[in-house]
Amino acid sequence: MSIGIGTWDAPLGQGQISKELCVHFDQARENRVLILPAWFDEANKLRRFTIETMRLLNEAGIDTVLPDLPGCNESLAPLGERTIASWRDAVEAAQAKFAPTHILSIRAGALLAPDGLPGWRYAPQTGAKLLRAMMRARIVAAREAGRAETTEGLFEQARAKGLILGGWPLGAAMIAELENAEPLPSASQRDVAASELGSSGLWLRAEPDEDADQSQALTQIIAADVGTGE
Amino acid sequence: MNSNPVSPSENSKPSGLAMSRVAIDRELKAIIADVLGIDAEQADALGDDSGLFGHLPELDSMAIAGLLTEIEDRLDIVIEDDDVDGEMLETYGGLLTFTESKIIER
Repeated sequence: MSIGIGTWDAPLGQGQISKELCVHFDQARENRVLILPAWFDEANKLRRFTIETMRLLNEAGIDTVLPDLPGCNESLAPLGERTIASWRDAVEAAQAKFAPTHILSIRAGALLAPDGLPGWRYAPQTGAKLLRAMMRARIVAAREAGRAETTEGLFEQARAKGLILGGWPLGAAMIAELENAEPLPSASQRDVAASELGSSGLWLRAEPDEDADQSQALTQIIAADVGTGE
Repeated sequence: MNSNPVSPSENSKPSGLAMSRVAIDRELKAIIADVLGIDAEQADALGDDSGLFGHLPELDSMAIAGLLTEIEDRLDIVIEDDDVDGEMLETYGGLLTFTESKIIER
């Protein structure tokens, strides 16, 4: 029973374990939401929004846990060796450890959301779109530096030996998975569009920002659905 | 069926399919407001010469990529690698002109 930052054992495959951090608002209440955050640059842009939503859910009487996945944030596991499949295994392990009643995925986090639990997918994003935006950022930066790079050329390189995009080293396997990754069809998790929170998505912002009203709106949707709302 | 004949040459083409310059301008300003985190009034003050990429430190390559992707989504155009150059990104007027030309050719 605690509020704070702890650790959890995330599987790396082949029996290896990586100790990862997790933020939790755990007061052993009836409803506990496992949060699968946005990825890469969007993770930074949406971090305040995500944690603020957790604080408000806590006040609304709902437990939350936000486990880091291997390769993310302070993880010692190299991101370049991670795959979407390995992250899905990690989410499965997180599910077993934290025993959530619901899942809240944010943006590309929806790519990891297992279908078994009810929950919400905030502005779910496909892997292809995420990859396209990251490729484009790299091309814009290259142009600025006087280098001519093309999407085709970068994809060729990425598929062969991986690629650093926006500072994130992504392995060839991760790139290949991203090209086709889509949120799994889910009958039990409902999509929450950015517009439902009354403003545009914070991932669009040039710099990380926060918006208490958006966190409040998402909290209200979740609280109403689980029945702890007014 | 034939009681109200209409000349096809005169009336078959619906008008107003293409977005007007004003509508494109409004949508583009709304997208920039979302990216820069400014309000509608501030975005409305953007003029043709207002500097974007290279003028606003927060507008880095990642933000530009997000901006272009959002323009594609909201205005239903496709922006190719070759389209992306300094001229179209440097000023608001350049971006508006580029977006208009893409909408016309779609």
